[in-house]
Amino acid sequence: MSNNEKMYDNRLGIIGWLGGGRWGIERYLYIIHRLAGVGVLIFFILHIFEGNLRIFGPEIWNPVMKVMEHPVFKVGELFIIIGFAFHALNGIRLILIELGWAVGKAEEPVYPYKSSLNTQRPLMVIMFLLATLLILAGGFDLMFLGH
Amino acid sequence: MRDMKSEVGYWTFFIIAGIVVFVLLFFHMMIIHMDGLLGIFNPAGGSALDWKNVIYRSHSAFFTTIYIILLAAALYHGFYGLRTILFELGLKKRTQSFITIAVWIIGITLFSVGVFANIAVQTVKAAG
Repeated sequence: MSNNEKMYDNRLGIIGWLGGGRWGIERYLYIIHRLAGVGVLIFFILHIFEGNLRIFGPEIWNPVMKVMEHPVFKVGELFIIIGFAFHALNGIRLILIELGWAVGKAEEPVYPYKSSLNTQRPLMVIMFLLATLLILAGGFDLMFLGH
Repeated sequence: MRDMKSEVGYWTFFIIAGIVVFVLLFFHMMIIHMDGLLGIFNPAGGSALDWKNVIYRSHSAFFTTIYIILLAAALYHGFYGLRTILFELGLKKRTQSFITIAVWIIGITLFSVGVFANIAVQTVKAAG
């Protein structure tokens, strides 16, 4: 960015972050993608410190893991699985679209114009199905089989 | 122009780190969060978080390497994403530079803490 380039104000501020207006479902997925990303990042930072408790041996590790079996932490973990599954699969969708996949071939802009949104929508549906599958498997394991 | 080039570089690494995190975290999910369904890399059986399973993975060179790569990729991807969200507030150049330096310092500190633990755990005895 050159020094002469004009900086534009985000006049909507935080509303600009969170508001999707009439831009369609993809715009709202973009907001959820970011919220999930920030949530997973906060969890990940805490997870680094939690995982590091290994260095103190089983005397510390086992009691802490016992505390983690509390339903509050289980629900928290479920939210992390949901956040991760959504963010990861939506992220793959965004990368594919960025690379020009699943948006259709470029065409002459002849009226009536066609939007690539409809072309790429099946990818969104596939992403949602895979995320749901991952959430169901992770949630089932967490609530009925896992630790 | 130089700033633009480094932004493209930052963004490219962000995408690469995202793909690395996707692959490695997917395996992490299968090992830790689907242990009841799959039970992989848990030689002692039971929960993936039972001490014997945890220390088995921690003493493995393969898992130690994977943990460090995942740590670096996830921190980079996460903090670049956070930086992008903050930049969208239309911040002044000086504030942007401050945020960039701050996320690098926080990221490198967290990475160092994680790497230290991954190496220090090698000396922890498996019995427990």
